[in-house]
Amino acid sequence: MIPAAFDYQRPTNLAEAARLLAAHADDAKILAGGHSLVPMMKLRLATPTLLIDIGRLSELSGIRAQNGMLIIGAGTTHYAAESSTLLQQRCPLLAETAAAIGDVQVRNRGTIGGSIAHADPAADWPAAILALEAQLKLIHAGGERLVNATDFFVDLLTTALESREILTEIHIPVNPPRSGGAYLKVPQPASGFALTGVAAQVTLGANNTVQHVAVGITGVSNTAYRASATEVALQGHAATADAVAQAAARATDGVEALADIHASAEYRLHLTRVYTRRALQRAIERAQA
Amino acid sequence: MNITVTVNGQTYAHDVEPRLLLVHYLRDRLSLTGTHVGCETSLCGACTVYMDGVAVKSCTILAVQADGAAITTVEGLAQGEILHPVQEGFWEEHGLQCGFCTPGMLMASVQLLERNPNPTDAEIRHALDGNLCRCTGYQHIVNAVQYAAKKMRQGAGASAD
Repeated sequence: MIPAAFDYQRPTNLAEAARLLAAHADDAKILAGGHSLVPMMKLRLATPTLLIDIGRLSELSGIRAQNGMLIIGAGTTHYAAESSTLLQQRCPLLAETAAAIGDVQVRNRGTIGGSIAHADPAADWPAAILALEAQLKLIHAGGERLVNATDFFVDLLTTALESREILTEIHIPVNPPRSGGAYLKVPQPASGFALTGVAAQVTLGANNTVQHVAVGITGVSNTAYRASATEVALQGHAATADAVAQAAARATDGVEALADIHASAEYRLHLTRVYTRRALQRAIERAQA
Repeated sequence: MNITVTVNGQTYAHDVEPRLLLVHYLRDRLSLTGTHVGCETSLCGACTVYMDGVAVKSCTILAVQADGAAITTVEGLAQGEILHPVQEGFWEEHGLQCGFCTPGMLMASVQLLERNPNPTDAEIRHALDGNLCRCTGYQHIVNAVQYAAKKMRQGAGASAD
């Protein structure tokens, strides 16, 4: 219940935060909303000796449209994302995913950057950014780089983010016309974490064919993943119920599922196939609308 | 580390360890024991307070993160002897039994009604997802929030800020 002792710094700008992190990369953790990190520290599963609080940095806030992309500041709270009219209009999948996270209190504090950088295997954001083929901007004291979401989630609680780096922005390509997305999850009733969470993004072409499809899945395995077998099975096909069902059946191909007190591996895999079908159907309906 | 926090309109200055949780700061340093600790896993919501205009779980916030913030706890809801409509609703509709979850329920309900003055029962239940109750089965809590919503729509409302 009480974290191990640590030092705390609240830098006033991003450059200062990056310098602090460079000096203490091995022992320091970045703190934003703290709703992934602090619970772990209270259980002493994480024992950083320095917390660098970036939660108030204005450089990390805000959502804007720029050059055909949506740029989301990593410090954007889930509530800000959920209630953003820009996201609701230009990328409803993002607003829908945000609204599904945790509960009201968690959404008031937790941030999209924190959720993605922490990469809890049942966090919701990773599924959505995989389905949207986002890019992540990572900075460190000496420079910056862009990493594709598909390359970001490496292993359990392990991402491509180096210990000296800070995630600052999430870049989402804006959806072409006749696109639709959906995020559906089965929440664990107390925590709200996903037993399975499926984000589907679809673009329809002529004759109702699936021109583009991407499916991101969370809650099932060590990391969120792209259901590439499902995507390959559906791409280029007519968006029929049958095609969707067959593609959804492939959603867990090659996936090793987690098993815990909340759900067996078999149950998670079964839920995932069902929810992939439902998420795809809803995404297609929205694309047709 | 020195922090300055305004709680229920009064400003306090204290030197705290970085690891001091906000809920422990409120309960142990300020003796505001209305905010409760009900779990160890940020699930139960008994610790819910208002911080800078939004409802938060004070067990998952460090006191040092609240430096410079304006906080309202359950002790700050009533105006002297006059209950906040949400408090009145929980009284009139028997929205509590043991009362342990209640302070958190009250703060979360204030947040809900601020954002949605005319909620459906389903919207109330969804908005209180972060607050667990072991006694009531939630129905009377929903009734209490509806009572408060009606009273506040009629213009007798009060805010938590």
